[in-house]
Amino acid sequence: MAGESALVTTAADAGLVVVAGLCLLCGYRVIRGPTIPDRVVALDAIATNVIAIAVLFALKTGRGLFVTVSLVLAIIGFLSTVVVAKFVTEGDIIVRRE
Amino acid sequence: MTSLPPPGALLIVALIAVGCFFLSVGTLGLLRLPNVYNRMHATSKPTTLGTASIFLASFVAFGPGGAGLPSLVGILFLFLTVPTGAHMISRAAQRIGVPFMGGVTWPTREDDPDAGTGGDPDGEGGRATGGKNDDSG
Repeated sequence: MAGESALVTTAADAGLVVVAGLCLLCGYRVIRGPTIPDRVVALDAIATNVIAIAVLFALKTGRGLFVTVSLVLAIIGFLSTVVVAKFVTEGDIIVRRE
Repeated sequence: MTSLPPPGALLIVALIAVGCFFLSVGTLGLLRLPNVYNRMHATSKPTTLGTASIFLASFVAFGPGGAGLPSLVGILFLFLTVPTGAHMISRAAQRIGVPFMGGVTWPTREDDPDAGTGGDPDGEGGRATGGKNDDSG
């Protein structure tokens, strides 16, 4: 692990820079998106990029804890996507049946 | 020239490069494609593949014990949830009336050869025509 750490750290650094730039480019679609589903799709792409950023950070620092962080981010991203889709459709999230 | 890097490190670097390539393709499609459905098509699949590749790099780095197993769980979770989320957003977009491109229409019962024959696909066909009635009415 000691011999390969320099190369892996450099690659993870480069990947972090690239994916952070991609998040900024997705932010353009969040701001300029003509419709609300465009913004939701762009925010979903940003969430997936942030998952990749967490895994790359785990690779960079060598701490496996951040892989679990990326799992939690994946759960939150999926939940927010589903909730926003339901809110856009029905105007309400929790539907009471009475 | 001190020593060649070990093959594990080279594999990790290659997987990170593939992941960054797929994430770049997804973001390019998100920026350039003309419609919300096309953008969703562009983001969901390449973004899933890129993040899965980076998860695989983490699995190679951390090994099967420790943090390698959550990486595989993350790949499984992404492959389950990203298509579901994209499906829900596309249904929401169609419900609130985002128009399709060109001559693309919602599939009706006449376009589906299985809709009139079996009993089990009938329920799905009924739901699809319900969506079509929402679109046209």
